[in-house]
Amino acid sequence: MVAATALLGAAVLAGLSVGAVGLPPLGAAAALLDRIPGVSIHSGLSPVETQVLLQLRLPRVLLAALVGGMLALAGAAYQGVFRNPLADPYLLGAAAGAGLGATLVIAYVPGNSVGPVSVVPLAAFVGALTGVGLAYGLGALAGQGDGAATLLLAGVAVASFLAAAQTAVQQANAESLRDVYSWLLGQLGAASWPTVGLMLPYAAVSAICLLTTGRGLDVLSVGDDEATSLGIRPQRLRLLVLVAASLGTAAAVAVSGLIGFVGLVVPHIVRRLAGGSYRTVLPVSLLGGGAFLVLADLVARTVLSPAELPIGVVTAFVGAPFFAILLRVGSGRS
Amino acid sequence: MTAAIEVAGLGVTLGGARVLDGVDLTLDSGSWLAVVGPNGAGKSTLLRALTGLVRHDGTVTLGGRHAGSLRPRDRARLAGYAPQAPVLPAALSVTEYVLLGRTPYRSLLSAPRAEDRTVTAGVLERLDLGPFRDRPLHTLSGGERQRAVLARALAQQPRMLFLDEPTSALDLGHAQQVLELVDRLRREDGLTVVSTLHDLTLAGQYADTLLMLAGGAVVATGSPADVLTPERLARHYGATAEVTSGPEGIRVYPVRRRPSPS
Repeated sequence: MVAATALLGAAVLAGLSVGAVGLPPLGAAAALLDRIPGVSIHSGLSPVETQVLLQLRLPRVLLAALVGGMLALAGAAYQGVFRNPLADPYLLGAAAGAGLGATLVIAYVPGNSVGPVSVVPLAAFVGALTGVGLAYGLGALAGQGDGAATLLLAGVAVASFLAAAQTAVQQANAESLRDVYSWLLGQLGAASWPTVGLMLPYAAVSAICLLTTGRGLDVLSVGDDEATSLGIRPQRLRLLVLVAASLGTAAAVAVSGLIGFVGLVVPHIVRRLAGGSYRTVLPVSLLGGGAFLVLADLVARTVLSPAELPIGVVTAFVGAPFFAILLRVGSGRS
Repeated sequence: MTAAIEVAGLGVTLGGARVLDGVDLTLDSGSWLAVVGPNGAGKSTLLRALTGLVRHDGTVTLGGRHAGSLRPRDRARLAGYAPQAPVLPAALSVTEYVLLGRTPYRSLLSAPRAEDRTVTAGVLERLDLGPFRDRPLHTLSGGERQRAVLARALAQQPRMLFLDEPTSALDLGHAQQVLELVDRLRREDGLTVVSTLHDLTLAGQYADTLLMLAGGAVVATGSPADVLTPERLARHYGATAEVTSGPEGIRVYPVRRRPSPS
Protein backbone atom coordinates (compact mmCIF):
# COMPACT_ATOMS: atom_id res chain seq x y z
CA MET A 1 0.00 0.00 0.00
CA VAL A 2 2.79 2.39 0.97
CA ALA A 3 4.73 1.33 -2.12
CA ALA A 4 1.68 1.91 -4.35
CA THR A 5 1.15 5.36 -2.90
CA ALA A 6 4.81 6.23 -3.44
CA LEU A 7 4.61 4.92 -7.01
CA LEU A 8 1.56 7.06 -7.72
CA GLY A 9 3.31 10.10 -6.25
CA ALA A 10 6.40 9.53 -8.37
CA ALA A 11 4.30 8.94 -11.49
CA VAL A 12 2.40 12.16 -10.91
CA LEU A 13 5.61 14.15 -10.48
CA ALA A 14 7.07 12.62 -13.63
CA GLY A 15 3.84 13.32 -15.49
CA LEU A 16 3.94 16.94 -14.38
CA SER A 17 7.58 17.52 -15.28
CA VAL A 18 7.99 15.83 -18.65
CA GLY A 19 6.51 17.32 -21.77
CA ALA A 20 7.00 19.85 -24.56
CA VAL A 21 8.07 22.33 -21.91
CA GLY A 22 10.28 20.53 -19.43
CA LEU A 23 9.75 21.50 -15.83
CA PRO A 24 12.04 20.61 -12.92
CA PRO A 25 10.20 18.04 -10.74
CA LEU A 26 11.14 19.79 -7.50
CA GLY A 27 10.05 23.14 -8.90
CA ALA A 28 6.74 21.65 -9.97
CA ALA A 29 6.22 20.16 -6.51
CA ALA A 30 7.14 23.48 -4.90
CA ALA A 31 4.76 25.37 -7.19
CA LEU A 32 1.93 23.04 -6.16
CA LEU A 33 2.70 23.35 -2.46
CA ASP A 34 2.80 27.09 -2.97
CA ARG A 35 -0.86 26.97 -4.02
CA ILE A 36 -1.93 25.59 -0.64
CA PRO A 37 -3.32 28.50 1.37
CA GLY A 38 -0.93 29.50 4.10
CA VAL A 39 2.08 27.97 2.40
CA SER A 40 4.51 30.11 0.51
CA ILE A 41 7.39 28.49 -1.32
CA HIS A 42 9.40 30.04 -4.08
CA SER A 43 9.26 27.49 -6.90
CA GLY A 44 11.68 29.11 -9.32
CA LEU A 45 9.21 28.56 -12.20
CA SER A 46 8.48 31.37 -14.62
CA PRO A 47 4.86 32.59 -14.87
CA VAL A 48 4.49 30.77 -18.21
CA GLU A 49 5.83 27.57 -16.72
CA THR A 50 3.44 27.93 -13.81
CA GLN A 51 0.54 28.36 -16.25
CA VAL A 52 1.62 25.25 -18.19
CA LEU A 53 1.79 23.36 -14.93
CA LEU A 54 -1.53 24.46 -13.51
CA GLN A 55 -3.70 24.73 -16.61
CA LEU A 56 -2.33 21.98 -18.85
CA ARG A 57 -0.24 19.40 -17.02
CA LEU A 58 -2.01 19.20 -13.70
CA PRO A 59 -5.57 18.57 -14.95
CA ARG A 60 -4.30 16.07 -17.47
CA VAL A 61 -2.24 14.14 -14.93
CA LEU A 62 -5.07 14.22 -12.41
CA LEU A 63 -7.53 12.98 -15.01
CA ALA A 64 -5.17 10.17 -16.02
CA ALA A 65 -4.79 9.17 -12.36
CA LEU A 66 -8.56 9.28 -11.80
CA VAL A 67 -9.42 7.34 -14.95
CA GLY A 68 -6.66 4.75 -14.46
CA GLY A 69 -7.45 4.26 -10.80
CA MET A 70 -11.16 3.99 -11.46
CA LEU A 71 -10.79 1.49 -14.30
CA ALA A 72 -8.39 -0.69 -12.30
CA LEU A 73 -10.60 -0.60 -9.21
CA ALA A 74 -13.71 -1.39 -11.23
CA GLY A 75 -11.83 -4.17 -13.02
CA ALA A 76 -10.75 -5.75 -9.73
CA ALA A 77 -14.34 -5.52 -8.48
CA TYR A 78 -15.72 -7.11 -11.66
CA GLN A 79 -13.18 -9.93 -11.39
CA GLY A 80 -14.31 -10.52 -7.83
CA VAL A 81 -18.01 -10.47 -8.60
CA PHE A 82 -17.66 -12.86 -11.51
CA ARG A 83 -14.93 -14.97 -9.92
CA ASN A 84 -13.30 -14.69 -13.31
CA PRO A 85 -9.73 -13.51 -13.82
CA LEU A 86 -10.49 -12.31 -17.34
CA ALA A 87 -13.32 -9.97 -16.36
CA ASP A 88 -12.78 -6.25 -16.92
CA PRO A 89 -14.95 -3.18 -16.43
CA TYR A 90 -16.15 -3.30 -20.04
CA LEU A 91 -17.42 -6.86 -19.74
CA LEU A 92 -21.11 -6.13 -19.25
CA GLY A 93 -21.60 -3.84 -22.21
CA ALA A 94 -20.27 -0.62 -20.69
CA ALA A 95 -17.74 -0.18 -23.49
CA ALA A 96 -20.05 -1.15 -26.32
CA GLY A 97 -22.85 1.02 -24.93
CA ALA A 98 -20.55 4.01 -24.53
CA GLY A 99 -19.16 3.42 -28.02
CA LEU A 100 -22.65 3.41 -29.51
CA GLY A 101 -23.63 6.54 -27.60
CA ALA A 102 -20.51 8.44 -28.65
CA THR A 103 -20.74 7.26 -32.27
CA LEU A 104 -24.37 8.36 -32.54
CA VAL A 105 -23.47 11.85 -31.35
CA ILE A 106 -20.35 12.13 -33.53
CA ALA A 107 -22.30 10.93 -36.57
CA TYR A 108 -25.59 12.80 -36.18
CA VAL A 109 -25.11 15.83 -33.93
CA PRO A 110 -23.50 18.72 -35.85
CA GLY A 111 -20.40 19.94 -34.05
CA ASN A 112 -20.89 17.20 -31.47
CA SER A 113 -22.42 19.72 -29.15
CA VAL A 114 -25.68 21.31 -28.12
CA GLY A 115 -24.97 25.01 -27.66
CA PRO A 116 -21.50 25.33 -26.18
CA VAL A 117 -21.67 22.01 -24.36
CA SER A 118 -20.12 18.88 -25.88
CA VAL A 119 -22.57 16.02 -25.57
CA VAL A 120 -20.15 13.20 -26.40
CA PRO A 121 -19.28 12.52 -22.74
CA LEU A 122 -22.94 12.59 -21.79
CA ALA A 123 -23.90 10.19 -24.57
CA ALA A 124 -21.04 7.87 -23.64
CA PHE A 125 -22.02 7.96 -19.98
CA VAL A 126 -25.67 7.19 -20.72
CA GLY A 127 -24.67 4.54 -23.26
CA ALA A 128 -22.39 2.77 -20.78
CA LEU A 129 -25.02 2.65 -18.07
CA THR A 130 -27.66 1.53 -20.58
CA GLY A 131 -25.41 -1.31 -21.72
CA VAL A 132 -24.83 -2.56 -18.19
CA GLY A 133 -28.51 -2.09 -17.33
CA LEU A 134 -29.58 -4.16 -20.32
CA ALA A 135 -27.12 -6.91 -19.46
CA TYR A 136 -28.25 -7.00 -15.84
CA GLY A 137 -31.92 -7.03 -16.85
CA LEU A 138 -31.36 -9.82 -19.32
CA GLY A 139 -29.36 -11.81 -16.76
CA ALA A 140 -32.08 -11.36 -14.14
CA LEU A 141 -34.75 -12.47 -16.63
CA ALA A 142 -32.80 -15.61 -17.48
CA GLY A 143 -32.50 -16.00 -13.72
CA GLN A 144 -31.99 -19.67 -12.94
CA GLY A 145 -28.80 -21.29 -11.79
CA ASP A 146 -25.52 -19.60 -11.03
CA GLY A 147 -26.27 -15.88 -11.04
CA ALA A 148 -22.74 -14.84 -11.99
CA ALA A 149 -22.45 -17.16 -14.99
CA THR A 150 -25.84 -16.14 -16.41
CA LEU A 151 -24.99 -12.48 -16.01
CA LEU A 152 -21.68 -13.01 -17.78
CA LEU A 153 -23.42 -14.56 -20.78
CA ALA A 154 -26.03 -11.81 -20.83
CA GLY A 155 -23.18 -9.28 -20.82
CA VAL A 156 -21.54 -10.93 -23.80
CA ALA A 157 -24.84 -10.95 -25.72
CA VAL A 158 -25.58 -7.29 -24.99
CA ALA A 159 -22.02 -6.20 -25.78
CA SER A 160 -22.02 -7.94 -29.18
CA PHE A 161 -25.41 -6.48 -30.04
CA LEU A 162 -24.40 -2.93 -29.13
CA ALA A 163 -21.05 -3.28 -30.87
CA ALA A 164 -22.83 -4.42 -34.02
CA ALA A 165 -25.18 -1.44 -33.82
CA GLN A 166 -22.20 0.87 -33.34
CA THR A 167 -20.42 -0.58 -36.37
CA ALA A 168 -23.54 -0.18 -38.49
CA VAL A 169 -23.90 3.50 -37.54
CA GLN A 170 -20.21 4.06 -38.16
CA GLN A 171 -20.33 2.43 -41.60
CA ALA A 172 -23.31 4.51 -42.60
CA ASN A 173 -21.43 7.68 -41.67
CA ALA A 174 -17.98 7.08 -43.14
CA GLU A 175 -17.06 10.78 -42.97
CA SER A 176 -17.00 10.65 -39.17
CA LEU A 177 -14.86 7.50 -39.10
CA ARG A 178 -11.72 9.30 -37.99
CA ASP A 179 -13.39 11.04 -35.07
CA VAL A 180 -15.08 7.86 -33.96
CA TYR A 181 -11.82 5.94 -34.04
CA SER A 182 -9.91 8.50 -32.10
CA TRP A 183 -12.64 8.42 -29.48
CA LEU A 184 -12.69 4.62 -29.37
CA LEU A 185 -8.96 4.46 -28.79
CA GLY A 186 -9.17 6.76 -25.82
CA GLN A 187 -7.66 10.16 -25.27
CA LEU A 188 -6.71 12.45 -22.46
CA GLY A 189 -5.63 15.33 -24.70
CA ALA A 190 -8.77 17.35 -24.05
CA ALA A 191 -8.26 17.19 -20.31
CA SER A 192 -9.09 20.39 -18.46
CA TRP A 193 -10.29 21.36 -15.02
CA PRO A 194 -14.00 21.09 -16.03
CA THR A 195 -13.37 17.51 -17.26
CA VAL A 196 -11.75 16.63 -13.94
CA GLY A 197 -14.74 18.19 -12.17
CA LEU A 198 -17.10 16.18 -14.38
CA MET A 199 -15.54 12.88 -13.43
CA LEU A 200 -14.60 13.47 -9.80
CA PRO A 201 -18.01 13.14 -8.07
CA TYR A 202 -18.87 9.86 -9.80
CA ALA A 203 -15.40 8.47 -9.25
CA ALA A 204 -15.50 9.43 -5.58
CA VAL A 205 -18.89 7.83 -4.91
CA SER A 206 -17.97 4.72 -6.85
CA ALA A 207 -14.55 4.33 -5.25
CA ILE A 208 -15.86 4.80 -1.71
CA CYS A 209 -18.60 2.18 -2.28
CA LEU A 210 -16.21 -0.29 -3.86
CA LEU A 211 -13.47 0.09 -1.26
CA THR A 212 -15.94 -1.01 1.42
CA THR A 213 -16.75 -4.27 -0.34
CA GLY A 214 -13.31 -5.90 -0.06
CA ARG A 215 -14.28 -8.41 2.60
CA GLY A 216 -17.58 -9.07 0.89
CA LEU A 217 -15.75 -9.98 -2.32
CA ASP A 218 -13.44 -12.29 -0.37
CA VAL A 219 -16.49 -14.10 0.99
CA LEU A 220 -18.04 -14.20 -2.47
CA SER A 221 -14.90 -15.85 -3.83
CA VAL A 222 -15.85 -19.18 -2.20
CA GLY A 223 -18.98 -19.41 -4.35
CA ASP A 224 -22.59 -18.35 -3.87
CA ASP A 225 -23.60 -21.40 -1.82
CA GLU A 226 -20.85 -21.13 0.72
CA ALA A 227 -21.16 -17.35 0.85
CA THR A 228 -24.85 -17.82 1.67
CA SER A 229 -23.97 -20.38 4.33
CA LEU A 230 -21.64 -17.76 5.81
CA GLY A 231 -24.59 -15.45 6.27
CA ILE A 232 -24.33 -12.97 3.38
CA ARG A 233 -26.68 -12.38 0.45
CA PRO A 234 -24.60 -12.86 -2.72
CA GLN A 235 -27.19 -11.39 -5.11
CA ARG A 236 -27.48 -8.19 -3.15
CA LEU A 237 -23.73 -7.76 -2.77
CA ARG A 238 -23.19 -8.45 -6.46
CA LEU A 239 -25.75 -5.83 -7.47
CA LEU A 240 -24.18 -3.22 -5.18
CA VAL A 241 -20.69 -3.85 -6.54
CA LEU A 242 -21.86 -3.87 -10.16
CA VAL A 243 -23.78 -0.62 -9.82
CA ALA A 244 -20.86 1.13 -8.12
CA ALA A 245 -18.25 -0.23 -10.54
CA SER A 246 -20.36 0.56 -13.60
CA LEU A 247 -21.01 4.10 -12.45
CA GLY A 248 -17.28 4.71 -12.07
CA THR A 249 -16.53 3.03 -15.39
CA ALA A 250 -19.17 5.08 -17.19
CA ALA A 251 -17.69 8.28 -15.77
CA ALA A 252 -14.18 7.25 -16.84
CA VAL A 253 -15.34 6.30 -20.33
CA ALA A 254 -17.26 9.54 -20.71
CA VAL A 255 -14.18 11.71 -20.20
CA SER A 256 -11.50 9.55 -21.80
CA GLY A 257 -13.08 7.16 -24.30
CA LEU A 258 -12.25 3.48 -24.29
CA ILE A 259 -8.89 2.89 -22.65
CA GLY A 260 -8.37 -0.84 -22.66
CA PHE A 261 -6.36 -3.27 -20.55
CA VAL A 262 -5.93 -1.05 -17.48
CA GLY A 263 -8.92 -2.63 -15.78
CA LEU A 264 -7.80 -6.11 -16.74
CA VAL A 265 -4.08 -6.01 -16.18
CA VAL A 266 -3.52 -3.81 -13.15
CA PRO A 267 -5.54 -5.97 -10.70
CA HIS A 268 -3.54 -9.01 -11.80
CA ILE A 269 -0.22 -7.30 -11.27
CA VAL A 270 -1.46 -6.18 -7.87
CA ARG A 271 -2.55 -9.72 -6.97
CA ARG A 272 0.87 -11.12 -7.81
CA LEU A 273 2.68 -8.50 -5.80
CA ALA A 274 0.37 -7.88 -2.85
CA GLY A 275 -1.63 -11.09 -2.33
CA GLY A 276 -5.11 -12.17 -3.29
CA SER A 277 -7.36 -10.73 -0.60
CA TYR A 278 -9.70 -8.10 -2.03
CA ARG A 279 -9.15 -6.04 1.09
CA THR A 280 -5.70 -5.33 -0.37
CA VAL A 281 -6.37 -5.77 -4.08
CA LEU A 282 -9.04 -3.05 -4.27
CA PRO A 283 -7.17 -0.09 -2.73
CA VAL A 284 -3.83 -1.03 -4.29
CA SER A 285 -5.48 -1.37 -7.71
CA LEU A 286 -6.90 2.12 -7.32
CA LEU A 287 -3.46 3.57 -6.63
CA GLY A 288 -1.59 1.34 -9.09
CA GLY A 289 -4.09 1.95 -11.89
CA GLY A 290 -3.69 5.68 -11.41
CA ALA A 291 0.10 5.43 -11.58
CA PHE A 292 -0.03 3.13 -14.60
CA LEU A 293 -2.20 5.44 -16.65
CA VAL A 294 -0.23 8.57 -15.72
CA LEU A 295 2.93 6.86 -16.99
CA ALA A 296 1.16 5.48 -20.08
CA ASP A 297 -0.06 8.98 -20.87
CA LEU A 298 3.48 10.27 -20.40
CA VAL A 299 4.66 7.77 -23.02
CA ALA A 300 1.71 8.55 -25.29
CA ARG A 301 2.53 12.25 -25.48
CA THR A 302 6.34 12.10 -25.59
CA VAL A 303 7.29 9.19 -27.87
CA LEU A 304 6.19 10.85 -31.11
CA SER A 305 6.29 14.40 -29.76
CA PRO A 306 4.80 16.77 -30.83
CA ALA A 307 2.25 14.24 -32.13
CA GLU A 308 0.41 12.08 -29.59
CA LEU A 309 -0.19 8.36 -29.66
CA PRO A 310 -3.72 7.40 -28.63
CA ILE A 311 -3.36 6.29 -25.02
CA GLY A 312 -5.40 3.16 -25.70
CA VAL A 313 -2.63 2.10 -28.07
CA VAL A 314 0.02 2.51 -25.37
CA THR A 315 -1.91 0.59 -22.72
CA ALA A 316 -2.66 -2.18 -25.21
CA PHE A 317 1.03 -2.40 -26.18
CA VAL A 318 1.82 -3.15 -22.56
CA GLY A 319 -1.43 -4.94 -21.87
CA ALA A 320 -1.64 -7.39 -24.74
CA PRO A 321 1.68 -9.17 -24.14
CA PHE A 322 0.94 -9.33 -20.45
CA PHE A 323 -2.48 -10.76 -21.22
CA ALA A 324 -0.86 -13.50 -23.30
CA ILE A 325 1.56 -14.36 -20.50
CA LEU A 326 -1.31 -14.40 -18.04
CA LEU A 327 -3.21 -16.90 -20.16
CA ARG A 328 -0.14 -19.06 -20.42
CA VAL A 329 0.62 -19.03 -16.69
CA GLY A 330 -3.07 -19.40 -15.81
CA SER A 331 -3.51 -22.47 -17.99
CA GLY A 332 -0.39 -24.05 -16.50
CA ARG A 333 -1.68 -23.86 -12.96
CA SER A 334 -5.34 -24.53 -12.28
CA MET B 1 -31.52 -34.48 25.11
CA THR B 2 -32.98 -31.80 22.93
CA ALA B 3 -33.61 -32.25 19.25
CA ALA B 4 -31.01 -30.29 17.26
CA ILE B 5 -32.80 -30.69 13.97
CA GLU B 6 -36.46 -31.36 13.30
CA VAL B 7 -37.82 -31.73 9.82
CA ALA B 8 -41.45 -32.25 8.86
CA GLY B 9 -42.89 -32.84 5.41
CA LEU B 10 -39.86 -31.42 3.62
CA GLY B 11 -40.07 -31.39 -0.17
CA VAL B 12 -38.09 -29.75 -2.98
CA THR B 13 -39.13 -29.05 -6.56
CA LEU B 14 -36.35 -28.22 -9.01
CA GLY B 15 -37.13 -27.21 -12.58
CA GLY B 16 -40.62 -28.74 -12.32
CA ALA B 17 -39.36 -32.08 -11.01
CA ARG B 18 -40.12 -33.22 -7.49
CA VAL B 19 -36.65 -34.25 -6.31
CA LEU B 20 -37.44 -34.63 -2.63
CA ASP B 21 -40.77 -35.38 -1.01
CA GLY B 22 -42.19 -35.95 2.46
CA VAL B 23 -38.96 -36.11 4.44
CA ASP B 24 -39.46 -36.27 8.22
CA LEU B 25 -36.53 -36.35 10.59
CA THR B 26 -35.66 -35.74 14.23
CA LEU B 27 -32.02 -35.62 15.21
CA ASP B 28 -30.66 -35.42 18.75
CA SER B 29 -28.05 -32.89 19.61
CA GLY B 30 -24.55 -34.37 19.39
CA SER B 31 -25.45 -37.20 17.05
CA TRP B 32 -24.19 -37.99 13.55
CA LEU B 33 -26.61 -38.65 10.74
CA ALA B 34 -25.34 -40.02 7.45
CA VAL B 35 -27.60 -39.57 4.43
CA VAL B 36 -27.07 -42.45 2.02
CA GLY B 37 -28.72 -43.55 -1.17
CA PRO B 38 -27.98 -44.21 -4.82
CA ASN B 39 -26.90 -41.47 -7.24
CA GLY B 40 -29.66 -38.96 -7.86
CA ALA B 41 -31.62 -39.95 -4.76
CA GLY B 42 -31.64 -36.36 -3.48
CA LYS B 43 -28.90 -36.57 -0.82
CA SER B 44 -27.19 -33.28 -1.65
CA THR B 45 -30.55 -31.58 -2.18
CA LEU B 46 -31.62 -32.65 1.30
CA LEU B 47 -28.47 -31.09 2.76
CA ARG B 48 -28.97 -27.92 0.75
CA ALA B 49 -32.59 -27.69 1.90
CA LEU B 50 -31.56 -28.11 5.54
CA THR B 51 -29.01 -25.31 5.19
CA GLY B 52 -31.50 -23.04 3.41
CA LEU B 53 -29.64 -23.02 0.09
CA VAL B 54 -32.58 -24.30 -1.90
CA ARG B 55 -36.23 -23.33 -1.68
CA HIS B 56 -38.32 -26.03 -0.04
CA ASP B 57 -41.72 -26.68 1.47
CA GLY B 58 -42.37 -28.26 4.85
CA THR B 59 -40.69 -27.05 8.01
CA VAL B 60 -37.11 -27.19 9.23
CA THR B 61 -36.28 -26.40 12.84
CA LEU B 62 -32.64 -25.84 13.76
CA GLY B 63 -31.77 -25.67 17.47
CA GLY B 64 -35.42 -25.08 18.32
CA ARG B 65 -35.78 -22.16 15.91
CA HIS B 66 -37.80 -22.13 12.73
CA ALA B 67 -35.14 -22.09 10.00
CA GLY B 68 -37.19 -20.06 7.54
CA SER B 69 -37.39 -17.11 9.94
CA LEU B 70 -33.69 -17.07 10.84
CA ARG B 71 -31.64 -14.17 9.53
CA PRO B 72 -28.85 -15.45 7.24
CA ARG B 73 -26.27 -14.34 9.77
CA ASP B 74 -27.95 -16.14 12.69
CA ARG B 75 -28.31 -19.26 10.64
CA ALA B 76 -24.61 -19.07 9.79
CA ARG B 77 -23.74 -18.96 13.49
CA LEU B 78 -25.81 -22.09 14.01
CA ALA B 79 -24.89 -24.23 11.02
CA GLY B 80 -21.64 -24.68 9.09
CA TYR B 81 -21.78 -26.09 5.57
CA ALA B 82 -19.15 -27.67 3.33
CA PRO B 83 -20.26 -28.49 -0.22
CA GLN B 84 -19.09 -31.52 -2.15
CA ALA B 85 -16.78 -29.48 -4.34
CA PRO B 86 -15.77 -26.43 -2.31
CA VAL B 87 -14.41 -23.47 -4.24
CA LEU B 88 -11.01 -22.60 -2.85
CA PRO B 89 -9.89 -19.16 -4.02
CA ALA B 90 -6.35 -19.92 -5.14
CA ALA B 91 -4.85 -16.63 -4.10
CA LEU B 92 -5.97 -16.65 -0.47
CA SER B 93 -3.75 -17.98 2.29
CA VAL B 94 -5.07 -20.70 4.58
CA THR B 95 -5.47 -18.18 7.42
CA GLU B 96 -7.35 -15.70 5.22
CA TYR B 97 -9.62 -18.50 4.04
CA VAL B 98 -10.39 -19.78 7.53
CA LEU B 99 -11.00 -16.20 8.68
CA LEU B 100 -13.92 -16.10 6.22
CA GLY B 101 -15.66 -18.41 8.69
CA ARG B 102 -15.87 -15.42 11.05
CA THR B 103 -18.12 -13.57 8.56
CA PRO B 104 -21.33 -14.11 10.56
CA TYR B 105 -19.79 -12.45 13.61
CA ARG B 106 -18.92 -9.03 12.29
CA SER B 107 -19.98 -6.46 9.78
CA LEU B 108 -18.56 -6.80 6.29
CA LEU B 109 -17.09 -3.36 6.76
CA SER B 110 -14.94 -4.09 9.78
CA ALA B 111 -11.51 -5.64 9.88
CA PRO B 112 -11.00 -8.94 11.73
CA ARG B 113 -10.86 -8.38 15.47
CA ALA B 114 -8.50 -9.99 17.95
CA GLU B 115 -11.17 -12.53 18.90
CA ASP B 116 -11.53 -13.63 15.26
CA ARG B 117 -7.77 -14.13 15.01
CA THR B 118 -7.77 -16.14 18.25
CA VAL B 119 -10.62 -18.41 17.15
CA THR B 120 -9.00 -18.90 13.73
CA ALA B 121 -5.59 -19.70 15.21
CA GLY B 122 -7.20 -22.15 17.61
CA VAL B 123 -9.06 -23.96 14.83
CA LEU B 124 -5.90 -24.16 12.67
CA GLU B 125 -4.02 -25.65 15.61
CA ARG B 126 -6.72 -28.23 16.35
CA LEU B 127 -6.80 -29.37 12.75
CA ASP B 128 -3.01 -29.56 12.50
CA LEU B 129 -3.02 -26.79 9.91
CA GLY B 130 -0.63 -24.59 11.89
CA PRO B 131 2.34 -25.21 9.58
CA PHE B 132 0.21 -24.29 6.55
CA ARG B 133 -1.25 -21.07 7.88
CA ASP B 134 0.53 -18.76 5.45
CA ARG B 135 0.49 -21.09 2.44
CA PRO B 136 -1.72 -20.20 -0.55
CA LEU B 137 -4.66 -22.60 -0.76
CA HIS B 138 -3.72 -23.94 -4.17
CA THR B 139 -0.51 -25.45 -2.79
CA LEU B 140 -2.39 -27.81 -0.42
CA SER B 141 -2.99 -31.50 -1.07
CA GLY B 142 -6.51 -32.96 -1.22
CA GLY B 143 -6.56 -34.03 2.42
CA GLU B 144 -5.17 -30.69 3.59
CA ARG B 145 -7.78 -28.83 1.54
CA GLN B 146 -10.59 -30.81 3.08
CA ARG B 147 -9.22 -29.95 6.51
CA ALA B 148 -9.01 -26.27 5.53
CA VAL B 149 -12.68 -26.37 4.49
CA LEU B 150 -13.59 -28.00 7.81
CA ALA B 151 -11.55 -25.36 9.61
CA ARG B 152 -13.46 -22.61 7.83
CA ALA B 153 -16.76 -24.17 8.88
CA LEU B 154 -15.53 -24.61 12.46
CA ALA B 155 -14.43 -20.97 12.64
CA GLN B 156 -18.15 -20.21 12.40
CA GLN B 157 -18.38 -21.86 15.86
CA PRO B 158 -21.53 -23.62 14.71
CA ARG B 159 -23.62 -26.07 16.70
CA MET B 160 -24.16 -28.28 13.68
CA LEU B 161 -22.10 -29.22 10.67
CA PHE B 162 -23.54 -30.11 7.27
CA LEU B 163 -20.95 -31.94 5.18
CA ASP B 164 -21.70 -32.96 1.59
CA GLU B 165 -19.50 -35.93 0.71
CA PRO B 166 -16.55 -34.79 2.81
CA THR B 167 -14.46 -37.74 1.65
CA SER B 168 -15.31 -37.94 -2.03
CA ALA B 169 -11.96 -36.55 -3.20
CA LEU B 170 -9.87 -38.50 -0.72
CA ASP B 171 -8.18 -41.89 -0.69
CA LEU B 172 -9.14 -44.37 2.01
CA GLY B 173 -6.54 -43.32 4.56
CA HIS B 174 -7.28 -39.61 4.22
CA ALA B 175 -11.00 -40.31 4.24
CA GLN B 176 -10.62 -42.12 7.57
CA GLN B 177 -8.51 -39.28 8.98
CA VAL B 178 -11.13 -36.69 8.06
CA LEU B 179 -13.99 -38.77 9.48
CA GLU B 180 -12.06 -39.43 12.71
CA LEU B 181 -11.47 -35.71 12.96
CA VAL B 182 -15.16 -34.94 12.50
CA ASP B 183 -16.02 -37.57 15.11
CA ARG B 184 -13.54 -36.07 17.58
CA LEU B 185 -14.97 -32.57 17.05
CA ARG B 186 -18.47 -33.92 17.50
CA ARG B 187 -17.56 -35.51 20.82
CA GLU B 188 -15.48 -32.63 22.15
CA ASP B 189 -17.85 -29.84 21.14
CA GLY B 190 -21.16 -31.66 21.15
CA LEU B 191 -21.61 -30.82 17.46
CA THR B 192 -24.48 -32.34 15.57
CA VAL B 193 -23.26 -33.70 12.23
CA VAL B 194 -25.26 -34.36 9.08
CA SER B 195 -23.26 -35.68 6.16
CA THR B 196 -23.91 -37.40 2.90
CA LEU B 197 -21.58 -40.34 2.36
CA HIS B 198 -21.56 -42.58 -0.65
CA ASP B 199 -19.26 -45.16 0.97
CA LEU B 200 -21.71 -47.29 2.93
CA THR B 201 -19.10 -49.00 5.09
CA LEU B 202 -17.67 -45.68 6.22
CA ALA B 203 -21.19 -44.30 6.71
CA GLY B 204 -22.09 -47.31 8.87
CA GLN B 205 -18.92 -47.14 10.92
CA TYR B 206 -18.97 -43.44 11.76
CA ALA B 207 -22.59 -42.29 11.85
CA ASP B 208 -24.94 -43.40 14.60
CA THR B 209 -28.02 -42.95 12.43
CA LEU B 210 -28.47 -43.61 8.73
CA LEU B 211 -31.16 -42.18 6.52
CA MET B 212 -31.54 -43.88 3.16
CA LEU B 213 -33.06 -41.94 0.30
CA ALA B 214 -34.22 -43.36 -2.99
CA GLY B 215 -36.07 -41.46 -5.68
CA GLY B 216 -36.42 -38.42 -3.40
CA ALA B 217 -38.18 -40.27 -0.59
CA VAL B 218 -36.95 -41.76 2.69
CA VAL B 219 -36.91 -45.55 2.41
CA ALA B 220 -35.28 -46.34 5.76
CA THR B 221 -34.06 -44.60 8.91
CA GLY B 222 -32.35 -46.12 11.92
CA SER B 223 -29.13 -47.65 13.13
CA PRO B 224 -26.64 -48.74 10.44
CA ALA B 225 -27.40 -52.40 11.05
CA ASP B 226 -31.13 -51.79 10.57
CA VAL B 227 -30.78 -49.73 7.44
CA LEU B 228 -28.01 -51.52 5.57
CA THR B 229 -29.48 -54.86 4.55
CA PRO B 230 -28.62 -56.83 1.40
CA GLU B 231 -32.29 -56.64 0.38
CA ARG B 232 -32.36 -52.83 0.48
CA LEU B 233 -29.07 -52.58 -1.36
CA ALA B 234 -30.48 -54.87 -4.05
CA ARG B 235 -33.76 -53.01 -4.34
CA HIS B 236 -32.57 -49.40 -4.21
CA TYR B 237 -29.01 -49.60 -5.48
CA GLY B 238 -29.47 -52.56 -7.80
CA ALA B 239 -26.38 -53.91 -6.03
CA THR B 240 -25.29 -57.37 -5.07
CA ALA B 241 -23.67 -57.08 -1.68
CA GLU B 242 -23.19 -58.76 1.64
CA VAL B 243 -23.31 -57.02 4.98
CA THR B 244 -21.47 -58.22 8.08
CA SER B 245 -21.36 -56.60 11.45
CA GLY B 246 -18.88 -57.19 14.23
CA PRO B 247 -17.12 -55.35 17.01
CA GLU B 248 -15.37 -53.03 14.50
CA GLY B 249 -18.69 -51.94 13.09
CA ILE B 250 -20.60 -52.75 9.98
CA ARG B 251 -19.04 -53.68 6.61
CA VAL B 252 -20.61 -53.71 3.21
CA TYR B 253 -18.94 -55.96 0.61
CA PRO B 254 -19.75 -55.89 -3.05
CA VAL B 255 -20.13 -59.45 -4.31
CA ARG B 256 -19.46 -60.51 -7.86
CA ARG B 257 -21.45 -63.49 -9.02
CA ARG B 258 -19.14 -65.05 -11.56
CA PRO B 259 -20.68 -67.11 -14.28
CA SER B 260 -20.03 -70.78 -13.46
CA PRO B 261 -17.32 -72.32 -15.67
CA SER B 262 -18.79 -74.43 -18.42
